[in-house]
Order: sequence, then structure tokens, then C-alpha cells
Amino acid sequence: MSYLDTKGRIFDIQRYSIHDGIGIRTIVFLKGCVLRCRWCCNPESQSYEIQEMRQNNGKIKIVGEDTTVREVMETVEKDRIYYRRSLGGLTLSGGESLLQPEFARDLLHAAKDAGFTTALESMACADYARIEMLLPYLDTYLMDIKHMNGEKHREFTGRENSLMLENARRVAESGQCELVIRTPVIPTFNETPEEIRAIAEFAASLPGVKQMHILPYHRLGYDKYVGLGRPYPMGDVETPSREHMIMLRGVVEKTGLKCIIGG
Amino acid sequence: MAENYNSTPTVKSERITRLVENLYRKMPEIEAARAILVTESYRQTENEPMVMRRAHAFEHILDNIPIIIRDEELIVGSTTLAPRGCQTYPEFSFEWLEPEFDTVATREADPFYISEETKNKLREVHPYWKGRTSSDLATSYMTAETLKAIEHNVFTPGNYFYNGVGHINVKYWEVMELGFEGIIAKIRAEQATMNVGDGDYARKHTLLEAMVISCEAVIRYAERYSELAAAMAKNTSDPARKAELVTISEVCRKVPRKPATSFREACQTFWFIQQLLQLESSGHSISPGRFDQYMYPYYKADLDKGILTRDQAQELIDCIWVKLNDLNKCRDAASAKGFAGYSLFQNLIVGGQTREGMDATNDLSFMCIWASDHVGLPMPSLSIRVWNLSPHALMHEACRLTRTGIGLPAYYNDEIIIPALMNRGIPMDEARDYCIIGCVEPQVGGKTMGWHDAAFFNMCRPLEFVFSNGYDKGEKVSIQTGELEDLRTFEDFWNAYKAQMEYQISLLVNADNSIDQAHAERIPLPWLSCMVDDCIKRGLTTEQGGAVYNFTGPQCFGIANVADSLYAIKTLVYEQKKVTLQEYKQALDLNYGKGFDEFAIRDMTVAVVNELRKSGREVGAADIAQMVENFRNMKVSDELKKKFDDLLEMIEEVPKYGNDIPEVDYFARDCAYLYTKPLEKYKNPRGGMFQAGIYPVSANVPLGQQTGATPDGRLAHTPVADGIGPMSGHDTNGPTATANSVARIDHMIASNGTLLNQKFHPSALAGEKGLNDFESLIRTYFDQKGMHMQFNVVDKATLLDAQAHPEKYQYLVVRVAGYSALFTTLSKSLQDDIINRTEQGFDF
Repeated sequence: MSYLDTKGRIFDIQRYSIHDGIGIRTIVFLKGCVLRCRWCCNPESQSYEIQEMRQNNGKIKIVGEDTTVREVMETVEKDRIYYRRSLGGLTLSGGESLLQPEFARDLLHAAKDAGFTTALESMACADYARIEMLLPYLDTYLMDIKHMNGEKHREFTGRENSLMLENARRVAESGQCELVIRTPVIPTFNETPEEIRAIAEFAASLPGVKQMHILPYHRLGYDKYVGLGRPYPMGDVETPSREHMIMLRGVVEKTGLKCIIGG
Repeated sequence: MAENYNSTPTVKSERITRLVENLYRKMPEIEAARAILVTESYRQTENEPMVMRRAHAFEHILDNIPIIIRDEELIVGSTTLAPRGCQTYPEFSFEWLEPEFDTVATREADPFYISEETKNKLREVHPYWKGRTSSDLATSYMTAETLKAIEHNVFTPGNYFYNGVGHINVKYWEVMELGFEGIIAKIRAEQATMNVGDGDYARKHTLLEAMVISCEAVIRYAERYSELAAAMAKNTSDPARKAELVTISEVCRKVPRKPATSFREACQTFWFIQQLLQLESSGHSISPGRFDQYMYPYYKADLDKGILTRDQAQELIDCIWVKLNDLNKCRDAASAKGFAGYSLFQNLIVGGQTREGMDATNDLSFMCIWASDHVGLPMPSLSIRVWNLSPHALMHEACRLTRTGIGLPAYYNDEIIIPALMNRGIPMDEARDYCIIGCVEPQVGGKTMGWHDAAFFNMCRPLEFVFSNGYDKGEKVSIQTGELEDLRTFEDFWNAYKAQMEYQISLLVNADNSIDQAHAERIPLPWLSCMVDDCIKRGLTTEQGGAVYNFTGPQCFGIANVADSLYAIKTLVYEQKKVTLQEYKQALDLNYGKGFDEFAIRDMTVAVVNELRKSGREVGAADIAQMVENFRNMKVSDELKKKFDDLLEMIEEVPKYGNDIPEVDYFARDCAYLYTKPLEKYKNPRGGMFQAGIYPVSANVPLGQQTGATPDGRLAHTPVADGIGPMSGHDTNGPTATANSVARIDHMIASNGTLLNQKFHPSALAGEKGLNDFESLIRTYFDQKGMHMQFNVVDKATLLDAQAHPEKYQYLVVRVAGYSALFTTLSKSLQDDIINRTEQGFDF
């Protein structure tokens, strides 16, 4: 069986994505996640199960689709000429792609074979062996580090953070791909300069890491929680102001990293 | 290739901010001076050749129309005393204006103030024009069938039917080089080659004399400004302004009589031509074209001599940009909706290639882009030519301007437009030198009478005639292509639509050629023609066939609706057999059970009344009122409603054009051919061919109001799809998918231009990365042989807020199909249309 026939479960494919890696990209969202972040804007990504979600227009949308690498690549191929112009390609996101490591690996493999650049947006919350499988086919790892305090991390995401921090170091030390650290800036969780500085200092200590992205919290997932019949965990928490984000960017840049707001 | 430009940003002078503020202080006003003067002149020249009457009228106007120099202006020449005012042009049409006297100031689209005094003056001169206008003559040339088609809104040739033609680029550069004295010498030299016994002597000699009279009138007009500036300088105590006025006086004494010998003089020459062309002709879309190319030698020489700084040059360019917004035109209420935004479509294009195929970018290419940023107004319709070797630096500045949300520039693809023009018989070096006219129409500047924008053809209407077998509102208005039950296969249906299209296209051609003929006879333009090759030599005005290249370019719109409709019929009726044509017709007639608006009630009433009268019944006002009431209260049964809802759901499931589905997109390509191919075989009276455009300006909204429900699920009287793009809201796979789909239409054959609108939220262009990706998107659409792209970059919330609080958004410019307009000046329905366009690329 060809690696193109590897099966997997996705919940969306988004074209002309320009905020997750170099150039114009197509993002494939894999279904299922290990964390339960309170601010998650893709709550339909969390469960591996195929679900029903009510949309704003009242219609029910089935979330989740079993597919193959070959089928996904048919869509990814459609924007080949845009990748050629912009150095773009395929980005895997989720959910957490590491829950479907063979599928993720084979998607990245197929993209490399097609001549596209590859990126992975992931929390690195899995055995390193799973990550290691992907690295030969991966150009850029956009890795989430949400908090340096393990207990607070557990409280807001459902998991402690030591595995992820360790994996971050191992990916960096492998030298096999570009590693970019990404941090969602979540009021009530990690929005203070001290908390962001701690992450930035950790990121700066990783060999080869040059960039950190800070992503302001937004409420665009709200409708989906309603559609899934779930309460919105963040309540009325306000989004961080532009000024606050710019201040945090300054905090990050003090560590010598380049910092981009919004990725 | 060595870089030939300096891309270091220039500084915006404070003068520009104040010039813009002064320009927009009041609602624009209609003035009567020109109408009075043209009438006075015409009354005295009844027995002269028409071209001579035109010259005398032009001279009479230029010698007597009030002139003004506005505060702080450096470049002078105003058509009206009031800023952004307009004159009227009764020789083209006037009858629409009087009935609108009392509503023109309060109408939704493009209101104008008009004083009681002006109304009275216009009422005095209007009777003279009865039966004498170009529009009267055009009407009498048209066949009864054509008039019927226009009455039933299949197409509207309104542009030139009621107004001047415009839509031209003249040889600004030649006037700068020779001055009008030099042009006159050229005309005299031509006369010297003529013999009084020549067969064309009478015609040609008269035209050449008329040209000389016109050129001399323009020289005198500039002298009036010179004197006014000198007088104002005397009365000014501010020494800085005094010096400026003295310079203005000197410049206007010299140009455009003499050749321009500085950038400043070239700018003033440019402006007098640009302003006065519109005063002669009432045309719009008089397009400066490749301004960065023909102005560059003057700029470069002054820079080298050290008598001009880049910032000074920028200020002069910015001043011209302000002046381009000072010109205005009052159209009838219906046309105003179609061209909404007070736009004169003065298209100015930068970049691209030289005649030798080298990159043409220079300093001025950048400065033109910055000027649009500095001024922040809709004019000029700034465009940029993009080719494989367009410098990234220029594209970057263009994309940055796009990001401001001004809707400028529009991007054009050299790699397709040049071969498309060559396919029309234009040599390569000239094709490389093309510019854009009006909205999106390519032509070779200075030698083409393109008659672009010749009509709006609504592709949905012939589809309605397939369902009605040629009837509309109870009247036979088209050919009969068979009862629905006779359309047994999809091929039958397709052929019926094709036949309806071909018949209506022939009527469209008849309409355009009738108007063409009327302009040649009643409104030849001697002054404009002396600046277009090869009118002097041929002894013909542009209207009479004097230009080297002659075309007629009527544009269609609604391709997306037709493609989605026919594809739905093919799928649901003929393949899946889920619904019959008769059921479909019932759903369309009853607007899918979604109720009737006033338009529908009126149409249905007219149809019934016609039916009754045909059968010999008397129908009185009371009967009609009763019918209207009945239709208004008519309820569709629940059962039918359910059936229609099911149908709408089925239609929604059928794949749509615009989503990167090759099968559907190639089907749409074939639909476009139903318009573009038949047109090619027709000729105009100037000996040129017809060539199709695919763009709507903003006519897709008002003409959509005259279109019933369509089989793609579009409800009656809602907007039709704009340009070559997918139906608003049907494109759900993002901008790359849309671009891929649209590139599958054959743009090359639509050599009168195509138009693709895309709307972006500013976040999609954020940062350097956003700009680079945006540039890649444009270049990739162009790699696929797309022709044109333009963008609205604003967020929905901003637009909604602007709709609710127009006062806060006085200067919000949006791109509306081929041009930029101030959002708050658009009608509500058009605002809604812009807001509803799918927001693309808005990912977090």
C-alpha cells in the first residue's frame, strides 16, 4: 500500500492561509486533541469523534471526515501555482496532529514529494518518537508553549507542561527543522509581561530558535461552542488590546528573539 | 535589467490636505453657463456644417464661460465656479433633466444642488434642443425591435445614448511637445497638401478649419487664466501666494500655446487638455493613460537641471489628482445608479513595458501611487500594469495603497492584454504601449476610438425569454424558441438560450450602431480629434472614423448567474430529473414563493393588462388598482412554498461557478462564449469590429432590479453577479479558488476588458508578509491569464458603521466594479451589495 493511501480524520481544509508559515498555504486541520484549552477557538477539533454542530443559519454541519492522504493532496494541489510564487505549501493543524502520527507523516511526505514547503502547528504533547517520525518531512515546526508554570498549565489546558518543554528542546537540538515558538496571549492565564517573558526566555534558550509569535486571544470560536451545545469557558473575558500586544512584543524582543504578533 | 527609478518616499505637502477639504465642503452644484452659451452659438450657425458649428460653439463657450482660480491652487482650470460642479450638455440630451429638477438634490445616488435661477435658465434654452439632440437622432435610427429590447431592459446603451462618448486617450504628449501653435502648424501643413479639387476637400478642409478654430480658442482660454492670475496677484497681500499667482500667470501665458519646457508647464498643459476635453464632449472616461511615461522626460530634465525637487514634483502631481476630482457630471437618476459615486472614470496607469518590451517603471510610477495615497480621493482611477518583470518595489507600493482601503490601484496583466490586442490586429510595439480607458478597457492611446462601454447587456434576460418563449410582461419582445415541453434535451435548452442570445446581441449591435451614426452626424468633435491619430490626415473626426483603430465594446454581466442557472437546469432537470422545466418556471414566476416586491407587482399587472387589452377588454384605472391590490395580497399555498423551498435546497446542492471546480468553471467558460463569440462578427459604422467586455460598472445592481428570479436560486430584482466573478456569496473556498475559477474563462477574447472584484479584510494584508502574499496572489492569477483584479480592503463592521453614520466616513473610498467611489455617496442597495460580498482571506 502506498503512503498516499494512509487514512486519517480531518475536520477542515483552509486555502489562502497566510498566518501559519511562509507564503500562501493550505491548512489541513486534523481532528482530535490531547488538550482542552479553555480559549480554544476550534472546539470541534477536540474530540476525535465525528460530531454534529449547529451553524448560525440553523443548519447542522457534520464535523469530521475520514479521508486519505491522496484525497487531501488533491485539494492541496489546487493552489500549487500560488506556492510556486510565494514559497507556500502545506500546514498541518488541528487538533493535535501527533494523535494521528502516520497520517500526519504521510501528508508531510506527500507535500515534500510534490515540492511544497511544509509546516506543522502542534503542542508537541506526545511521545518524542511520534515527533521524530515527522521531522524528515518537516520544514517548520510552529510549536505552542502556553505557560512555563506546570500547575497553571494543567488548570487551563488539562495537562501539565513538562513533556512539551522537553520535546521542544529535543526538536531544537535535532536541528532537523526550523522551530518557531507560538504563544496564545490569554487574559486571566498568561497575559502578564512576567509570564510572557518566562516563555520567551525559554524559547531563546533553545538552540536555533529565532522567532516567537504571540497570538492575541479572540472570541471567534464562540458561535461554535453554541453550535455544539457547550458553555463558552472564557465567559466575558476581553481580548487583549493592541497596545498590550505591542508591549508584550517588546518584552519578547528583549530576549533577542524576533517577535511577530499574529504569526 | 538596471533599475531606472528612485523609490524613496516623498513628502505630502500641507497644501494638499487643504485643497481636498475645500473641494468637499459642499454638495456639488449644477451650473447653466455652458448650456446657455452652446445654445446661443447654435442659434447663430444653423446653416453651417456641423463640425464647424461644434468649433464655434466650443470657442463661444471658452471665450465666455466664467473662470475661477481656487484658493491655493497651483494647477488651474475649472469647469464650474462651484467646486465639483457640473455643466450640462443639452446637445446630447436634456429631456431627462427638467423632470428631475426637484429631485436631483435629494436623490440617493450622486445628488446635485441646483438653484432656482439655474433651473429657469435651463428651461429657457431647452426648447431649442427639441428634436436636435444626438439621442433623438439615435432613436430614429433604431429598429422597433431594438427599442423594444431597450424598453424591456435586455440591455441599456444609455451611456452614449444620452451623453458624449469620451472613453479615449489623446496625445497629451504631442501637445506638450509642439504646443497648440505647433498642432495648428501641422494642420496647416496638411492643408498645404490638399487640392481644392480633391473629392474629400469640402469635408476635410472644413474639419481642419474647425480644428484650428478650436485650438485657438483653447489658447485664448489659457490666456484668460493668465490674466485672472495676474489680476489676483495684484490684489493679494500674502507674498507667497502672490508669487505663486505670478508663476501661474506666466505658465498659462505660455502653455498650451507653446511647447512645455518644464515639468510644471507639462502639468498645466496636461490639465487644460484633460479639463477641456470634457467641456467639449460631455464624455466620461477621458483617460490620462500612461502619465508616468509621457511626463517623465520633463521631470527628469528639471531634476537634472536642479530646478525641481522630487517633493515639488510630488506636490504638482498631487495638485493634478485633486483637480481630477473637481470635474463632475450629472447623469439622469437611472444612469447615476449605474455609475454611482460621481465618477468620471479618468483612468491613469503606471508601470508595464516600453514599446521595446523593457520594464517601464520610473520615479513617476511611484509618485502616482503616493499621490493617490496623499489625496485619498476616487480620481484618478489609478491602475498598474503588471508583467513578469514588474519590479517588486513597485508592486509593493501598489499593494500598500490597496491596503489603505482606497480601492486603488486596479491591477492589469500585460501578459494577456498585449496578445489580446495583437489578436485585434495591433502591432506588437503599439500593443505594448497600451493604456486603460474608463473602468477596464485596454486601448492604444492617442490613436483609438474604442467606443468602450457601449452598452450593458444583461445575460439573464435572454434566459428569461427561453422560459417565456420570447414574451415579457405579456408582450412579444424576442424570438420564439419553443414551448418548454419541446425542449426535450439539455442541448435543446442550450440551443434555445443561444438563439435568444444571438438575436438580442444583433439588436444590441443595432442600438450601438444607431448611436454611433448619430454622434458622427450631430456631435463630431474637432478639438478632440486633432489630438488623435490619424484624424488630421483622414479629414475625419473620431466619431466619423478618423482614428487609426476603431472598435465598439459593449459589456455583458451576469455570467455567473447564467452559468449557475444553466448548470442547475442541466443537473436537476435533465440529468437527475428531480424537477421539470414547467415546475421550474412556476417557481421563477412566483419568485420561489418568497413574495413579490413592487417591481414584480407592477410587471405582473402590466402583463395581465396587456393580455386583457389584446383580447379586446377595456381596462380602467380602478381595475388596475384592484389588480395591484390582489397581487399584493396574493399568497402562495403552503404546499407550493414547501415545493419551492425544496427546489431552492436542491439548487444549493448543485456545484457553483467560483469554487475551483473545473467542470463547472469550464461550463461557465462556454456560457461566456455565448456573448463574446457572436459579437466578434459585427462591424460598426467606423469600419471597426465589435469586441466584448465582461464587466458591469455598478449596473448589476439597478439592472438586477429589472430581472426576475433566475434558476440559480437568485430572487427577483436582487443584484446580478458583477463582472466576471462568481455570484456574491456563492464563492466559499477563498480567494485562490475564486481566482482559479475565473481564470478558466477565456479572457483573451474579451478584449474590451474583464473585471474581477475581490474583497479583503485588512488583516489579510497585514505586515510585510501579508503584502508579499497579496502580491503573490495577484501574480498567480495573472500567471493563469487573468486580465484584471481589484480589491476592496475594509472590514464589514466598518462598512456597516459607515452606512449608519455616513458623516463619520466622508472620505471612505471603496472599489465598486471598475472604479473607486466614496462609500457614503453610494445608494443603499449598492452599499449592501458591497457589504455582502464574501469576505475572503479573513483567517485568524
